Amino acid sequence: MAKPENEITWRDLEVGIVVNEPGNASVYCTGDWRSQRPVYATERCIKCGTCYIYCPDMAIKILRDGYIEHDLYYCKGCGICAQECPTGAITMVEEEE
Amino acid sequence: MATRVGMEVSIAAAEAVKQANADIIAAYPITPQTHIVEHLSELVNDGELDAEFIPVESEHSAMSVCAGSSAAGARTFTCTSSQGLILMSEIVYAVASLRLPMLMILANRSLNSPLSIWNDHSDVMSVRDCGWIQVFMENGQEVYDHVFIGFRVAEDRNVIIPFMMNIDGFMLTHVIEPIGLLEQEVVDRYLPPFQPLYRLHPNNPVTMGAFGPPILFTEAKKAQDEAFNKTMPHIIKAWQEFGDLTGRYYHPIETYRTDEAKIVIITQGSLGETASIGIDMMREEKEPVGLVKIRLWRPFPFAELREAVKEAELVVVMDRAISYGGPGGPLAGEVRSALYPQESRPRVANFIIGLGGRDVAPEDFVQMVQQAKAQPGEWYEIYGVRE
Repeated sequence: MAKPENEITWRDLEVGIVVNEPGNASVYCTGDWRSQRPVYATERCIKCGTCYIYCPDMAIKILRDGYIEHDLYYCKGCGICAQECPTGAITMVEEEE
Repeated sequence: MATRVGMEVSIAAAEAVKQANADIIAAYPITPQTHIVEHLSELVNDGELDAEFIPVESEHSAMSVCAGSSAAGARTFTCTSSQGLILMSEIVYAVASLRLPMLMILANRSLNSPLSIWNDHSDVMSVRDCGWIQVFMENGQEVYDHVFIGFRVAEDRNVIIPFMMNIDGFMLTHVIEPIGLLEQEVVDRYLPPFQPLYRLHPNNPVTMGAFGPPILFTEAKKAQDEAFNKTMPHIIKAWQEFGDLTGRYYHPIETYRTDEAKIVIITQGSLGETASIGIDMMREEKEPVGLVKIRLWRPFPFAELREAVKEAELVVVMDRAISYGGPGGPLAGEVRSALYPQESRPRVANFIIGLGGRDVAPEDFVQMVQQAKAQPGEWYEIYGVRE
């Protein structure tokens, strides 16, 4: 949808609220939900990729050199990556910190 | 052109679904709906109807299959009663909001408890606000005809809303009546193939049933409400065109001997035929009484009702369900709402009758009118209870 959500009127909606733009969930910023943010310590990372496998939102990218990067546009701050990391390379901190 | 044959109403309904050329039928058996789906499963098994009959493990699944079926663009039929409706109700609401057209026959039966397989209207009243078009059928001919009308209205591009036919369990489903059957060619002329606005297809992917955050949910509901409120002229047009083809005309409300009637009885469903005999008995005694039968329950025909009772001083509403702690029966509540804007309006007395298969005889209407005349004020009463 071209309009921002807060400008969409009831007349703009498709019959049955069908979404006829496939894949537009990718523009939805689930990062807004986050109350805790992952902090990544490269020096502890052994490039095992466990965080990448466990992330339920595919919000972790594996970089060319094998290290990782969180995509904070999608990361909901669930903390699973920090929980699963075998070396403690990821820690969760409060967003306001 | 049409042939009249003696036929059980359930069988006539199933034959109409065959003639309407339904693509998918998903249902779970429950008394008193069973004869309809049993006959349909035979028709599919015998190759008389080219459709998928999906015998699911519960009504929740039946309506879920219907949702997928309609979304895929198939003409979709299901049928249930009572507890089955309650079990499927989650999806009943969803398909209305998703604007998935389909036809459901509800063979009306009471709700537990006590366990009862017999007829009243408490099942449909539990989904009164589900967003389906809802009609009450008075006899077998109406049932047969409304299978075509129901599909036509539901699938109409100006409507796109599921359609529910209420037919009284046993009182209608299991009786044998003369039914005027339509030639297939007439059906085909009246009911074009289903052409969905959107459908699930890999070549043109869409999302149905996405979530609605608070910033959009109200707009979604407004759109649904607006669409529903625009259905009335299309329902009336579908009835008109059916009448032009078959000679059988239907309206949101039917009246019987309401000319100069100071007292008007209001009924829904098969009770109307019994009530009309009671009206004849009272008219013989010079009682100025008439009958209004509400065929269209949702959208409710407020203006038509006001017109039909405009000469009445007393309206006696017959409900077949209780709204505990409410204003009486659900029908009486609607009638009072319809009359409220008028400067002068008739008094409304409300009887709750025929619960759980209790018989209602023509004489009962005479007695209820006598009581309603004698007992002033606005009230409701469960009629015929042993004290």
